[in-house]
Amino acid sequence: MSRLQVVSGKGGTGKTTVAAALALALATEGKRTLLVEVEGRQGIAQLFETEALPYEERKIAVAPGGGEVYALAIDPELALLDYLQMFYKLGGAGRALKKLGAIDFATTIAPGLRDVLLTGKACEAVRRKDKSGRFTYDYVVMDAPPTGRITRFLNVNDEVAGLAKIGPIHNQAQAVMRVLKSPETAVHLVTLLEEMPVQETADGIAELRAARLPVGRIIVNMVRPEVLDAADLELVRSVPRTAVAKSLSTAGLGGARRGGNAEKLVDPLVQQAGEYAERYELEHEQRAVLGELGLPVHELPLLAEGMDLAGLYELAAELRNQDLS
Amino acid sequence: MSRPEPAHAHDHAARHLSPARTLDLDPLLDDPKTRIVVCCGSGGVGKTTTAAALGLRAAERGRKVVVLTIDPARRLAQSMGIDSLDNVPRRVKGLDDSATGELHAMMLDMKRTFDEIVEAHADGERAAAILNNPFYQSLSAGFAGTQEYMAMEKLGQLRARDEWDLIVVDTPPSRSALDFLDAPKRLGSFLDGRLIRLLTAPAKLGGRAGMKFLNVGMSMMTGTLGKLLGGQLLKDVQTFVAAMDTTFGGFRTRADATYKLLQAPGTAFLVVAAPERDALREAAYFVERLAAEDMPLAGLVLNRVHGSGAARLSAERALAAAENLEEPRIVDQDGGKAGLRNSPDMYGSSQSPASDPVSGSGSPAMDRTADRSVEQLTASLLRLHAERMQLLSREQRTRDRFTALHPEVAVAEVAALPGDVHDLAGLRDIGNRLAAGRPELPGAADG
Repeated sequence: MSRLQVVSGKGGTGKTTVAAALALALATEGKRTLLVEVEGRQGIAQLFETEALPYEERKIAVAPGGGEVYALAIDPELALLDYLQMFYKLGGAGRALKKLGAIDFATTIAPGLRDVLLTGKACEAVRRKDKSGRFTYDYVVMDAPPTGRITRFLNVNDEVAGLAKIGPIHNQAQAVMRVLKSPETAVHLVTLLEEMPVQETADGIAELRAARLPVGRIIVNMVRPEVLDAADLELVRSVPRTAVAKSLSTAGLGGARRGGNAEKLVDPLVQQAGEYAERYELEHEQRAVLGELGLPVHELPLLAEGMDLAGLYELAAELRNQDLS
Repeated sequence: MSRPEPAHAHDHAARHLSPARTLDLDPLLDDPKTRIVVCCGSGGVGKTTTAAALGLRAAERGRKVVVLTIDPARRLAQSMGIDSLDNVPRRVKGLDDSATGELHAMMLDMKRTFDEIVEAHADGERAAAILNNPFYQSLSAGFAGTQEYMAMEKLGQLRARDEWDLIVVDTPPSRSALDFLDAPKRLGSFLDGRLIRLLTAPAKLGGRAGMKFLNVGMSMMTGTLGKLLGGQLLKDVQTFVAAMDTTFGGFRTRADATYKLLQAPGTAFLVVAAPERDALREAAYFVERLAAEDMPLAGLVLNRVHGSGAARLSAERALAAAENLEEPRIVDQDGGKAGLRNSPDMYGSSQSPASDPVSGSGSPAMDRTADRSVEQLTASLLRLHAERMQLLSREQRTRDRFTALHPEVAVAEVAALPGDVHDLAGLRDIGNRLAAGRPELPGAADG
């Protein structure tokens, strides 16, 4: 199991939720994981129902069996000052740079540098060891940028190493790339069973592979339960409406005669079944497309009650059941 | 003295009877004074599709429209009959015969846009120096951030050409899709800052005595930067910034102008969302942010809203009825359903189901089997309905929360489609749904 788990996906597929569930699942049985947020949205805090996370590694959850989940929302500006201090012992110079507007420049105007800092910080957490030589975190899970940007995001240090051909930045960039391109890292893509996210997943995998970044698994999120199967859908096309009306009436929903309450329900119910059938077929097609991508595919259920903390633990248990952690 | 009814009872009823103002999009699209429509919202809510559908609708209603999309979704290009979109507006064919307007579409190519700025604002030699600079090549190829500047730039260019009645823009799917509003400000603080002078100084300096600010602290800074970046990268950055100096200045002026353009009455912002917690939370953020920046908000487009033609049948009752049908019944062994026929009619109907003409004419045993499978199917239909009703009430709750926070925002609701959009007909359908402002309930049985 790779120690750096990167979770990406198209916007709206729930990658933050999956990343958080994965961090919980990996922490089960006494392990310690760090969940890292890089997009500054405070999605993790909302998910764990805690106040906004500062730029500091903070315990946010306890996993079944005594494990711990820590969370960190990386702030690029503080990460840069951190870096200057940690690697170059430039605390004072860092403050001077800040006065000059150099930190602003680095974290906002020069956009690539932001990504350098974010990936660098995550890799630092992966490699960090305590005094006894043990890794501080068993796993680091990153809630990463969306699929359209992930390859460029992870590869930014390659670019930097090419730009700064010598010096500490060059060395640092190379060290980060060594972690990201090794089996220590796995990039998972979250998708829905819909055309656009599936297409984006396929494109994203191709890009990651071309950049020789290690692709992990496909996680299909929010899978709706199968309420009607193929046989039901066949039957719904041929069944006389009067028979359905009669059944509804049997169930206690009113009269089956034309204009009766049960009869009036038939059309809308059959219409909903028609919409379901259309989606059902589409989902089967998309499942087939995902199956051809040559990666393990996992499915997580749609939670009928919406996403909350209990739901998060449910998804984490599901991930463990599927041996994803 | 008559006591007024408790106020909360009114409030409760009022909120459900008149949720929010309906956003009427056709007058907005038709108004010749509307020149720019900006769609913003978090990722995955159908922002790009909404922009394309609005563009098509406006064109078919007689306006000359260009849609500027940031999302490289091939499917969208294909749905407009274009193999792939590029940095040049392409005419979309296949509009409605009666359409008097035109639709053009283009996709922002960041590097191309950046290169064009350089080419337009620097002389040949200097332009070549910039374009070949490794730092520039990295920067322009599209890290997060560059997109926002280039979207602003492109919008300004399109508007300046004045070839179109209406420009519909979809914003970058960035962490905060409103980052592009910050672009001029950030660029300004950078250009006014001392850093740029510091960076340009060594390249410009050449022993000039006027650079008095090159004091001790300054040389320490160059030293630090050199140590950090490596001498060669620092040199690259310095030459780049020096060469870009004039270009940047012009860019900033234009970005300022575009920012003002966005605040002007001819612009309308649409916040796009889906009735999900995260999307609506982001939408609320956008609404607040736009207000803070004095940007004109037209309203909220709420995509993928579900409805039901049988909304009167609650999830609980549907589930109870389904269980009723699924229970193995001893009465069946008697070859009849007498017990059930006498079950209380929950709708209060006086009709007896027993009097309904029964289709089918096989043996009684076969009939029972057929009845059984129809009943199982009906139970599944009821479960499907229950699921739909649960979804409906969840959507209603998240929507209510948004409306309570921002009652001033007009809302257009778009009914969910079971599938994806593949062609102009699909976009047109979405356009119709957008203009209707509320989801049309299919087969509404009981109003």
